Order: sequence, then C-alpha cells, then structure tokens
Amino acid sequence: MSSSVLYDAPGPRAKARYRAFGVLAVLGIAGLLWYAYDSLASRNQFSAAMWDPFQYTAVQQLIVNGLLDTLKAFGLAAAFSLVLGALLAAGRLSDHRPVRAVAAAIVQFFRAMPLLIMIFALYQSFFTTSPLWALVTGLTLYNGAVQAEIIRSGVNAVPRGQGEAAYALGMRKSQVMTAILVPQAVRSMLPAIIGQLVVTLKDTSLGFVITYTELLYAGKLIASNTATPDGYPYIPVVLVIGPIYIGMCLLLTALAKWIEARGRRGANRRTPVAA
Amino acid sequence: MRTRRTIAAAMSVLALTAVAACGKSGSPNAAPPGAPQLPTYQVNTGFKLDSSPTWVKAKQAGKLTIGAKADQPFLGFEDLTTNTRNGFDIEIAKMVAADLGFTPDQINWKTIVTANRETAISGGQIDYYVGTYTINDERKKSVSFAGPYYVAGQDLLVLKSNTDITGSDSIKGKTVCSVAGSTSIDRINSLGGKTVTYDTYAQCVDKLLTNEVDAVTTDDTILKGFAAKNPGKLKVIGKPFSQEPYGIGLGKDDKALRDAINNSIKAHEDNGDWKKAYDATLGLSGSAAAPIPTLDRY
Amino acid sequence: MGILFEHGNFTLFRDGFLRTLELSAVSAVLALLLGILLAAFRVSPVPALRVFGTVWVNIFRNTPLTLLFIAVNFGLPQLDVHLSPFVFAAIALSAYTGSFVCEVLRSGINTVSLGQAEAARSLGMTFGQTLTLVVLPQAARSVLSPLSSVFIALPRNSAIAGAFSVPELYNVQQTLSDRGYAIFAIFFWVALAYLVISAAVGLLFRVIENRVNRLAVAR
Repeated sequence: MSSSVLYDAPGPRAKARYRAFGVLAVLGIAGLLWYAYDSLASRNQFSAAMWDPFQYTAVQQLIVNGLLDTLKAFGLAAAFSLVLGALLAAGRLSDHRPVRAVAAAIVQFFRAMPLLIMIFALYQSFFTTSPLWALVTGLTLYNGAVQAEIIRSGVNAVPRGQGEAAYALGMRKSQVMTAILVPQAVRSMLPAIIGQLVVTLKDTSLGFVITYTELLYAGKLIASNTATPDGYPYIPVVLVIGPIYIGMCLLLTALAKWIEARGRRGANRRTPVAA
Repeated sequence: MRTRRTIAAAMSVLALTAVAACGKSGSPNAAPPGAPQLPTYQVNTGFKLDSSPTWVKAKQAGKLTIGAKADQPFLGFEDLTTNTRNGFDIEIAKMVAADLGFTPDQINWKTIVTANRETAISGGQIDYYVGTYTINDERKKSVSFAGPYYVAGQDLLVLKSNTDITGSDSIKGKTVCSVAGSTSIDRINSLGGKTVTYDTYAQCVDKLLTNEVDAVTTDDTILKGFAAKNPGKLKVIGKPFSQEPYGIGLGKDDKALRDAINNSIKAHEDNGDWKKAYDATLGLSGSAAAPIPTLDRY
Repeated sequence: MGILFEHGNFTLFRDGFLRTLELSAVSAVLALLLGILLAAFRVSPVPALRVFGTVWVNIFRNTPLTLLFIAVNFGLPQLDVHLSPFVFAAIALSAYTGSFVCEVLRSGINTVSLGQAEAARSLGMTFGQTLTLVVLPQAARSVLSPLSSVFIALPRNSAIAGAFSVPELYNVQQTLSDRGYAIFAIFFWVALAYLVISAAVGLLFRVIENRVNRLAVAR
C-alpha cells in the first residue's frame, strides 16, 4: 500500500489512537451489520420458505442458464465493443477532419445515451425477433464508444518521440498506429479497458427490459413467483445473485491484474493509470 | 493480498452454485386436496388450416409457439420449480392449441412482457399471445384479436384489514401502485390518487404487504391471482371501474387462424371447460367469474 | 416528431427531464462526498477503515446497478427505513457512483509525488491535513478527466430509476411507448434530452479544468 506516504510510521501514542479508531470502526460496522441481520431475521427473511425455491433443481437450472446467457451476451458484446472501440479511436485520431468529426459525434452520442433506452429502442425497431442481438448491439455501441475514448487517450499518452521516431524510419501512419502506438496504448490502458469490460458484464443485466433471460431476469422471476407468508423473497435473491455478479467481476479484474503483471515483466516502464 | 482473499471467497461461492446440482424436484405450489380439477382437452389431430400461413408453419415445425405472461399467479404463471405453466390464460391457450391439433408437448411457451407484445406478434416470434391482452383499436393497427374470452376491469387490491378504501371514489390522496407505463396509472391520477410504479406486479404487492402503498391497481383478474396466492392477507375490492375485454393476439392478416381460434373458444365456453378452468385457477381467490362475453368476430 | 406537442405530452416530458436533472445532481453531490470519504478510508492509517473501504468498493463497483436498486427498494423497508422512491434511487445511484469516484481519487492520490506528502508531514501536518490541504488539491488535476467520465455516466445510469417509480425520462419513454407512439419519435426527443445533459456535464468539467489549470499556472 502507498498509504505510508501520507503518514509517518506511528509512534506509541498514534498506535494507541489508531487502535482506538479501529476498535470504534469495527464496533460501529459490526453494530450496523447486526442491526441489519436482526431486522431481517425478525421479518423472517431467513425463514425456510424464503429460501425454499433455491432448493429445487429446476430453479438451480434456471440460475445456471441465466448465468450462461449472461456470459454469452457478455462475450459477444466484449469482442464487438473492442473492435468498434479500436475503429472509432482510429477515426478520432485520423488526419482527415470529416472522419474525426463523424467519429467524435458517434462517440459523444452513444456515450450519453442510457443503455436501457437504447436497448429498448433497438429491440422495438431493428431486432424485434432477437432480444440477444438487441442487447449485444446496445452494449457494443455504448461500450465501443467508451473503449474508443480509453484507447485514444492511451495513444495520446504515448511519448511523442515514439511516433516521431517511427515516422522518421519511413513508416506510414497506419504502420505507426498498429505497430507502435496502439500496442503501447493498450498496454498502458489495460486496467481501464478491463474496467470497462467489467461495466459491460454488469450491464448485460439490463437485458431484463426486453426479457432476455439473463441472470438478473432469472433472479427477478424467482422473487416474483414465490409468495411466502412473509412476502416475496427479494432479499434472498439479492443475496444469491449479487455474489455471483461480484465474483464474476472480481475474476475479470484478477485476470486483468495477471495479464498486467505478465506484461510488466517484459515491459521496461510503467505509468500509473486511472482505473 | 486482500483482493486475492476476496476473490477466493467469491470463487467458492461460484463453485457452490455450480455444485448445488443436488436439489428437490416437485413443486411447493401443488394444489390443495379437494381443489377444483383442471379440465383436459381432446387434441384434434386431424385438424387442417392450410389457408393460415402461421398454422402451416407451426405444423411443419411440429411446435406451436405461444406468448404468455410468467409472473401472474393463477393467470399466466410459470412454476419455476417444475418448469410448467399454469393459470386461466394458460388454460385458454391450451384449449385452443388442442383444437388446432397440437399436443401439450408441442407447445413452446415464450414469456413476453406487456411492452413487447405487438413487436413479438408482428415480428413472428410467437404464433399467438394469451396474456391479459386488452382488445383496443390502437393495437388493432398492428395485430388482430380473437375473442374476447373474458372481460376484466380495473380494480383495487388492498390489505384484508383495510376499511377506508372501498372503491375508485375513495382513493383520493392514497398511494396506489401499478406497473410503469400502464393505462391504469392514468386513471388513478385523474381520480386524485398518488401513484408509484414498478416493473412487476409482485413488486407492487410486496410494497402493499410492507405497508408502503395503500393499494395495488390493475385488472381484477391479475389482482385475484395475487389474492389467491397470498391467502388470508389481501382482498380485491370487487368494483371494477373499466372494461378490459381480453383477446388472443395474433398476426394482423391471418383471418383463417382468427376464425379457427374463435370457433375453439366458443366450443369450450359451451362445453363447460371455460368455467372449469376458471374455478381451478382464478376461482381459488373466492371471487366469482365475470359473465362469458360474446365473441367479436371480424 | 410532433408527438411532444399533443395531449399534454410536453408537461410529461418536461417533468421527466427535470426529474432526471434533479436525480443526477443530487446523486452527483452525494457520490462525490461518499467518494472522498471512501478514498480517505482507503489510504488511512487505520486498518479497519482500509478494509471497510476496500470491501465497500469491491461490492458496489461490481454489482449491477439494477440489483442495487432492488436491494435498496426492497431491502431498506425491511430495515424499517421508509423513504420516497426518489430518495431510494439517489441512495442506490450515489452508493454505486461513489465507489467509482473513490477509485478515481485513490489513483489520483497515488500520482501526487512522494515529496509533497513528505514535506507536509515534516511541517507537522496530520493525516487529515496532509490529505485535504496538500495531496487532494494536487490530485485534482490528474483526476478531473476520469472524474468527468464518471459523472457523464451518472445521468445515463439514472435511467434505471425509471423502472423503480421515479418519473424521469426513461419512465416517460415507457409511458409514451405504452400510449402507442412510434418508437423513433419518442427516441428522438429522449435522446436529445440526454445529449443536452451530457454536453452540459462535459462543459462544466471543461470550465473546471480551465480554472484549475489557470490556478496552477498562477501559483
């Protein structure tokens, strides 16, 4: 941790103070958690009836199928959005003003548009028979626009000398881009790119507006189709579905860290990058 | 370090989910003993309707794709524990399918939510749709309707203990919940009620059970289903303040199929299946059926 | 395109637009405050707070926003917290966005050179003073660009609130769609509204960036 930069190694009194803070914080958080647990328990949120549906094979199958559909949409959208991102980034870095303008307009437009609205509109207009493709297209357009911005700022961050040296060697613009600038940009922006892929993964959950049967849709259906004496099991569903999403996203982040660490072994220099 | 431990924990949760293949089968939703029995329908295997492109395509494929709701208990409901559908709308869909020559195994159910119904029908995703689908002129521009097979009306669902809401004239200043973008909302607003909207009725009912809203409003059929599903806690007021004739939605130009479906509805109304289907589903709420409407053939 | 000017649609649309603005603004302020607090936790000398910050960020950054909305709307009432759908939406949005703000600030803090913090400490400043008087103001410059992405994403994320009883633009779109208008006509106006908001946020950040840069030069 870089934390040591901001404060001195604590002396005995500071240590005691930190410990006091720590104890207070732990007590406070534990108190809140206990209150939450206690209120939920007193409203029978942990009763057998609330959790009963998860015991059925058919329901487990529904969750697994939802998970697979989530991963399918994510895989397609991730691949397409990276391709689109590279294309749009190339457009924004073009030497031709009209190309730059068009690429910039596309990026600005899709970056501003709520996915929920875009997916719904795509489904109602172009992809009436395929919720999957409406979802994938919506995800691709938005995330492609964001990835384009990430790649572009990565290219801009490569020291100017790199490009100039390549031009001096007689390389064409496309060669400079593909051989020199983009590889370096992608390496330095990898955390941001993966960070956006995590967003893509989470946003597959918006498929529920067009009844794409992904994980969150499955969860919502389980909640709304199970009436127990104590109401509908929204909290159990959140407690089951939430960790699955968090787990997938953390895995993806871990993958990014691993790739980054591997890349660093070969690379000579690293710059800290905003995630 | 810390993140690594978090990841390990998350992975074990995932692993648990994957391993949990050992589970119960059967259903907690089984009907209580002595409950009215669902009718069974004779499949008309020799049926032919070559003038209907939808029917011909379905027959060749050997399966009929029917759009329905999945989250309306005793109306259009998917029992997730058994992977089966049940409810009054589902029964109507099944009796029609039988007359068109399709066995229950040949039905391919597809969940379609309110906002996507016209799109799903005109886009050919489904052969016909049965799910609280109110017939109106606006919709007739893009799809056509067989039926009506039931006339519902907007009503109010309240806690059993509630005494101050007695009908549409007593909701001024009350908080009423419905699904986003439905016409029920406009009516409540014009009656002076405060509205909140979620995207499923179960969410509204949950809000009603936790006392955050005073009433849930939509068609009485849907409300009856929820009342039956939460026995002893909720009641439907029973004074509908609109007319919602339910039709079976199908392709706009398929008159042959529309006529065939109308004939089928008529036959099952006459032989008592309609009544039996109601008693075994929405009838469990204790509310009587609305009278059988006359078909609107066009 | 004329749909906006018939049957009272304009009032509906205008109210939706204002509600989106209101929700985004309230959530942005809350998210900024929460983000600063969480970032302070994550670099603080107290281990318990660091763990809390890390766990918070990992949970809220990796949960789909829709799921957070469900958790807040149907979980908090079970804890006897009864608030309006608007407040619930603001809570969900700022808890989510705050975790992104935290990460941006934390990496910004890491870019401030070590000597600055060391100098502050050698002057006898406490952790709080070092962070708020020396490090954060300097981190501001490198943080502005990623922060603008986070706050451009906020209004578009706020659309999810439309499915949870906040009559904002997405909710308006659903209503108009249910009234039977053509999707293209609706989309045109809704898209325009979001473009205006996102352009305004972009402009705001450019103004701030200019001022920060000018301040830096003046110093």
